[in-house]
Amino acid sequence: MSSADISIHKDVHHAHDEHDHHHDQNFIEKYIFSQDHKVIGKQFLFMGIFWAFIGGFLSILFRLQLGWPEATFTFLEPILGGWIENGKLNPEFYLAMVTMHGTIMVFFVLTAGLSGTFFNFLIPLQIGARDMASGFMNMLSFWFFFLASVILFISLFLDSGPAAGGWTVYPPLSALPQAIEGSKSGMTLWLVAMALFIVSQLLGGVNYITTVINLRTKGMSMTKMPLTIWSFFLTAVLGLLSFPVLFSAALLLIFDRSFGTSFYLSDIYIAGEALANTGGSPILFQHLFWFLGHPEVYIVILPSFGMVSEVISTNARKPIFGYRAMIGSLLGIALLSFVVWAHHMFVTGMNPFLGSVFMFLTLIIAVPSAVKVFNWLATLWRGNIRFTAAMMFSIGFVSLFISGGLTGIILGNSSLDIHLHDTYFVIAHFHLVMGAAAFFGMFTGVYHWFPKMFGRMMDEKLGYVHFWLTFVAVYLVFMPMHYLGIAGFPRRYYSWTTFDSFSMFSDMNAFISIAAIIGFGAQFIFLFNFIYSIFKGRRASMNPWHSNTLEWTTPPLPGHGNWPGEIPAVYRWPYDYSKPGAPEDYIPQTVPFSETQSSNLPHEKDLE
Amino acid sequence: MITFAIGLSIFLLIVVLFLLFRIGTLASIFRGSSQRALGTTKTSNKVNSTLLLIFLIGGGAAFFWSFAQSWDEMNQPLASVHGEWTDSLFWTTMVVIGIVFVITQILLFVYSYKYQHQDNKRAYYYPHNNKIEIVWTLIPAVVMALLVFAGWKTWTKITSAAPEEAVVVEVVGKQFNWIVRYPGADGKLGVANYKLIDAVNELGVDFSDPNSHDDFMPMQLHVPKGKPVLLKIRARDVIHSVFMPHFRLKMDAVPGMPTKFWFVPTKTTAEMRSETGNADFNYELACTEICGRGHFAMRFIVVVDEPEDYEEWLAQQKPFVEQNPDILAKFSSPSQEQLVLSKEAEKAEEVKSEL
Repeated sequence: MSSADISIHKDVHHAHDEHDHHHDQNFIEKYIFSQDHKVIGKQFLFMGIFWAFIGGFLSILFRLQLGWPEATFTFLEPILGGWIENGKLNPEFYLAMVTMHGTIMVFFVLTAGLSGTFFNFLIPLQIGARDMASGFMNMLSFWFFFLASVILFISLFLDSGPAAGGWTVYPPLSALPQAIEGSKSGMTLWLVAMALFIVSQLLGGVNYITTVINLRTKGMSMTKMPLTIWSFFLTAVLGLLSFPVLFSAALLLIFDRSFGTSFYLSDIYIAGEALANTGGSPILFQHLFWFLGHPEVYIVILPSFGMVSEVISTNARKPIFGYRAMIGSLLGIALLSFVVWAHHMFVTGMNPFLGSVFMFLTLIIAVPSAVKVFNWLATLWRGNIRFTAAMMFSIGFVSLFISGGLTGIILGNSSLDIHLHDTYFVIAHFHLVMGAAAFFGMFTGVYHWFPKMFGRMMDEKLGYVHFWLTFVAVYLVFMPMHYLGIAGFPRRYYSWTTFDSFSMFSDMNAFISIAAIIGFGAQFIFLFNFIYSIFKGRRASMNPWHSNTLEWTTPPLPGHGNWPGEIPAVYRWPYDYSKPGAPEDYIPQTVPFSETQSSNLPHEKDLE
Repeated sequence: MITFAIGLSIFLLIVVLFLLFRIGTLASIFRGSSQRALGTTKTSNKVNSTLLLIFLIGGGAAFFWSFAQSWDEMNQPLASVHGEWTDSLFWTTMVVIGIVFVITQILLFVYSYKYQHQDNKRAYYYPHNNKIEIVWTLIPAVVMALLVFAGWKTWTKITSAAPEEAVVVEVVGKQFNWIVRYPGADGKLGVANYKLIDAVNELGVDFSDPNSHDDFMPMQLHVPKGKPVLLKIRARDVIHSVFMPHFRLKMDAVPGMPTKFWFVPTKTTAEMRSETGNADFNYELACTEICGRGHFAMRFIVVVDEPEDYEEWLAQQKPFVEQNPDILAKFSSPSQEQLVLSKEAEKAEEVKSEL
């Protein structure tokens, strides 16, 4: 450990000592404009849960339409008002809901809600830091996100409706207000919200990276970091490199919409007039969008990789199998995620040669992903598994990740993508692999770290009920969608009855909708458990899961600065579970080798 | 009144559930199970691990049953040459990933069941094994390489240049329908310019171009069986996507950037009608890129004819200018401005045809 590092910790510690003398934070400083990483993490979590329920509710609305296309929905009039016309859902509002469901879930829940919560909460606690590198930037990050949320939320109530061009907002549809109602002020608010959102992500990202690099406690080398931190760190790097590209894409779209430029527009005749724009390319937007968009799906799923690895290892009471291979595969996935974006564009008219290159690069990414799955399975093998609610969600995660990931091998193949592109096969694939799986990662995190967040335990039994209902519902919803996809059912269709080719499977669609409603209903069990446990849950001990990582050496409800005394030093990797010769089946990272002579391995003798 | 009754019963249900939850919590405190380390309680471990096993067996059986049940419906009748290649590659890949799927899911759930917590047991400390890591990195790498190679070969064949003698049809997407244009007897499509579009001339064809004089726009897309057909695809307003599920064919229609896709139909509409036993069967063209309110309703009928029937059909079609004699008048004595316009259009067409 370098001397520079140690001096930083001294500084931080010193600052904290000073702070102890004046504990006069008022309510606003402590809970609203807080600079404490734990409070900010919880703020992101509450916001994320709020958005998840909105996003989920929207999906139930459009599942009603898809499940029962002939039904009348007058009973929804009290909620949707004018969007129900003579008992029928307005087709443009249907598209708006699809769009908002995607935007909310991908960005506001699974990026901000998931990363914001656990990066903020866990990074300082697991690397042994008093707080993030810049508490102020961290606070700004949340409030920019909050502002983005308010603007996107307002857009739901516009007369012309929220953005409706799909979450990928391809121009010209998103650029021309005459093309669809949602491209009027709804789209403007969408773009403003996304711009603010990106600012929030970048402020957060810089902070996460800086904190991981600079503020690790004594002894916490990069190869002693828990896999959670590794995955968070790489995710932050991905976000920092790719979000600015979305920003530029959005900025050019704003120019095209409001200032008459032609970055994405050319040769358009719409609403009875030929537009003056020439020379632009809609494909340019798609390249820019997916240059973020593809890393984005890894931004969503990598944090779950990390948390699931941690929870599986803790609850299988075994070291994670192939720690270094796990880091290597994370690195590989992170790197490759930047060079596969055009597999979303095989049939856009892009040069077919480019298609071949991107097919090759895309299929390589299956290799590190496979390694991760094999390592998780090997970690379970001959373990002594404790089925906590978090562990159930981790096992569910691995199952969903396998099911959804494998179909990626099909979609990444350009010649197979011709038929399957923009069908329900794609919907099934990405909802399993990055939608439901990332949600399961998020639930894993909430159930596992809830005791450290709120000093109380969530109810495990309700957790099991929540898990089983959700797990079964997810499979019932998304497995049948593969069949629809193979038959070619296009996505973002208001109904399929206009086509003879898509006239079958109407019972299947009703079945999917019922399963979706049950799955959504099950989330209220979680909501109850979450809120009830914050106030009335059993008090948590310091280390309820008998885990090795640093956060469990803090008091049950860590205060400002996390550790009351000095920050503990780290001596070993975080996965010494069930080590032969040790009295307990876990050895926390803070226990020096000199205290564990009975269990030290030959190469660890020197470290005593 | 009924709403009130429903509301009341939901409320009572929630109260009952809440009471059950409280009783459960209190009972677990009395039993002393809350004293044990979390996740080591015997009953909940037994129940959860057994449920995992039941899920594997029951879920797996349900999956295979529903898959078999839906088999006929999910396989759309196939009517193109390249569709046979992609379908067989698809199902080959499905078998490969199916095998991996079954093995990994079985291992996941069986391990979870088999290695559930026992008080007298300890997990096996086994942090890494580089040999195994290398093996299970190489195996997927080799399998991927094979799949990439097969995919790449198929892709190259499908996207290769269309044969010279291919039947050329222009397909244009607009909100919210498709328009098709045939080049007529001369085999050449007249140039088009989006600035010439109006209510009659929906494609903006420049009728001062002699090539356009025999172009015609029918209400159905007719193609001959067994001959290569080249679709020249354009969009008028926003992005659309040409999707013909029975031909396993999809290509985006992009405003300002013409695209193309060629294929060889293998079965006539009549043959398909007798094969599927559906006298009303029609090949369809759908839009698969979100394009607005009517996205879900951009249906266009595609008809595959025997070559001789196709020729007959061609002969019956009247050129657009014949059907709309007024239109030529607009172009016959072009004003200075229009001359410039049409020249621009030609230039634009030249540049685009290279894309």
